[in-house]
Amino acid sequence: MIGPAIDRRALLGGFAGFTAATLPRTTRAAPLPLVEVAPGLFVHVGVHQDFSPGNRGGIANLALIVGGEAVAVVDAGGSPAQARDFLEAIAARTDRPVRHAILTHHHPDHVMGAAVFRAIGARIWGHARLEAALLDRFTTYRAAMERLLGAAIAGAEPVPVEESVAVETPRRVDLGGRVLELRAWPTAHTDCDLTVLDTATGTLIAGDLLFLERIPVIDGSLLGWLRVMDELARIPARLVVPGHGPASAPWPEALASQRRYLEDLAAAVRRAIARGRSLSTLLAEPPPAGDWLLSSDDHPRNITAAYKELEWE
Amino acid sequence: MSPLPFARRRLLVTTGGFVAASLVRPALAQSQWDVLRELLFENRPVQDGTGLIELETPTRAHDAALVEVAVKALVPQTPERYIRAIHLLIDRNPAPRAAVFKLTPATGSASITTRIRVNEYTPVRAVAETDDGALFMVERFVKASGGCSAPASKDKEAAYARLGKMKLLEPERFRTGEPNELRLLISHPQYSGMQIDQLTRNWIPADHLETIRITWNGEPLVEVEADISLSEDPLLGFHLQPEGPGELRVEAADIKGRRFVQSWQLGLGS
Repeated sequence: MIGPAIDRRALLGGFAGFTAATLPRTTRAAPLPLVEVAPGLFVHVGVHQDFSPGNRGGIANLALIVGGEAVAVVDAGGSPAQARDFLEAIAARTDRPVRHAILTHHHPDHVMGAAVFRAIGARIWGHARLEAALLDRFTTYRAAMERLLGAAIAGAEPVPVEESVAVETPRRVDLGGRVLELRAWPTAHTDCDLTVLDTATGTLIAGDLLFLERIPVIDGSLLGWLRVMDELARIPARLVVPGHGPASAPWPEALASQRRYLEDLAAAVRRAIARGRSLSTLLAEPPPAGDWLLSSDDHPRNITAAYKELEWE
Repeated sequence: MSPLPFARRRLLVTTGGFVAASLVRPALAQSQWDVLRELLFENRPVQDGTGLIELETPTRAHDAALVEVAVKALVPQTPERYIRAIHLLIDRNPAPRAAVFKLTPATGSASITTRIRVNEYTPVRAVAETDDGALFMVERFVKASGGCSAPASKDKEAAYARLGKMKLLEPERFRTGEPNELRLLISHPQYSGMQIDQLTRNWIPADHLETIRITWNGEPLVEVEADISLSEDPLLGFHLQPEGPGELRVEAADIKGRRFVQSWQLGLGS
C-alpha cells in the first residue's frame, strides 16, 4: 500500500494543472464512501471510535461541495492516507478541480490530511487563529498520531493557512454559480472554529461546533460554546452536517441534544462549586453523561474543563 | 530500625495504626528518585509515610495540565507534634519539586490540596517533614503527559488582565476549635517557560508564583514555595483551626517581583 501511495504523492506534487479526473484510479481499492445529502454536497461519515491503525484517523465527518467550476472540501481527514482515499472518492464523483480545502478547526481528525490537498494545489482556508493553533500543536499531534495510527500518518505536515477568516468578517468562496459563506467564531469548541454555509442548498457544515451521537469535547470554552450555539441557531439553513454524527440532520433542531448536554454540565458543575465540592470529588462521582458515545474519557475531561472555567464566575 | 526521638515516638503511639517506620528501600527503577532525594534531603532517611499521610491522585489524568492532588494528614496538628512541611514532588517533571507547603500547628490539619502539571508518566510523592525534622514519604503513579508544555489556555492579554486576583472558598459553616478547610485560588498564568506564544511564535518566558504566605491574625499559618509544576491559576486547599473570628491575609509573590495581597474577615457571621 505504501509504495503506490508515495508514487502518487510524487506525481501530484509536480503536477500544477492537476484535476481530480487525472487521478490514477487503481492505487486504492476502496475510495471513501460518500453520501449525497443535498444536490452536489457529499459527506463521508466518520466512525465513532478512538484513533486506530484500522480507521486511519477517519473519525470525523468530511464534506465535498461540487460547484460549476470547482469543488471544495470541508476538512481534510485524519491522515494523509485517508485524505488520498477522499481524493479517490472525489475523482469518482466529479472531474472538476479541488481548488479549496476548508479546515473547520485544528484538531487532528480534521486536519492531518491537509498536506495532500495542498499538494494538488488546493487553497487552504481557516479561522484567523488556525495557523497559530496548528503550529502550536502539530509536533505533539503528529507524535501522538504516529503512535496511534502507524503508517497512515506518513506525510502529514502543517499547512500554511492561505485564506484566513476573521471572527467579525465572513468570507465567500465561489465555486462557479455556487457560493459558500465562511464564518469564524469566538472561542467555543476550540479557539478557531469555522462554519461553512452552502447557500445553494441551505446546508450548514458545522464542523465540531455540532456533535451528534459522539460526546461533544470542550477544548475552548463551555460558556462560549453555548453563546455561539445561540448565534448558530439563527443561521437560515435547512440541514446541518455535524463534525461527528450522521451525514446530515434537520436544522436547527439538531442543536438540541448538544445544548442539553452542555447546559446540564454547566449546571452540575456550578452546583458542585457552590457546595464547595472539589474537582476530584466531582470526578469521583460525576454527573451522568447521558447516552453519548465514547463518554468514558471525554466526559471527565469536559467536567475538568467546565470546573476550571466556572470556578472563577 | 533507627531509634526514634521522643516526639516521634509519641506521634507513632497515638496514631495507633501506624506501622513501624521502615526505611524506603531504593529500587533500581528509582534512580531518578535517588538523585532527587539526595538533592533535596541529602543523607536524611526518608521513611514510609503510610499511616501518617495519604496521597490522593487520579491514576490517569484527564487533563495533564490540571491534575488535582490532595495530601491527607492522618494525625492532627498540635503545638506538641505536627507536620511542619509537605514536599510535593513529581519525579519526571522538568522541575520535580512542585511545591513545599510549610504548615503550623494553627492549621489544625496538615491536609492540603493543589493542582499540578504532569509532563510524563511519573511517580508523584508527598514527603511529610515532622516538627523534629524526620521525613515520611508516600507515593502514587500518575499517567498523564504534556502538562508542562500544553498551550496556555487563554491568550496572554486575558491571562494578565486577571493576574493576581484571588478567590477564597470558605466552608459553609465556620467552626471554632476544629480544622476548617479553605480553598484559595490565585489567578496567575504560571508560564512554565516551555510554552509558545500563539501569535509571536516565541517562547513565553517563565512567569510563575514563587511564594504564597498566609497568616491568621498576623501569625503564620501556611507558606508555600511554588514552582512551574503548579497549574495555571494555582489552587491551594489548606486548613485553619481558629479560636474565634479573625483576619486571614494572603500575600503572594511571583518571580517577576509582583506582589498580590488580599485579606478576608472570617467567622464574623453566625
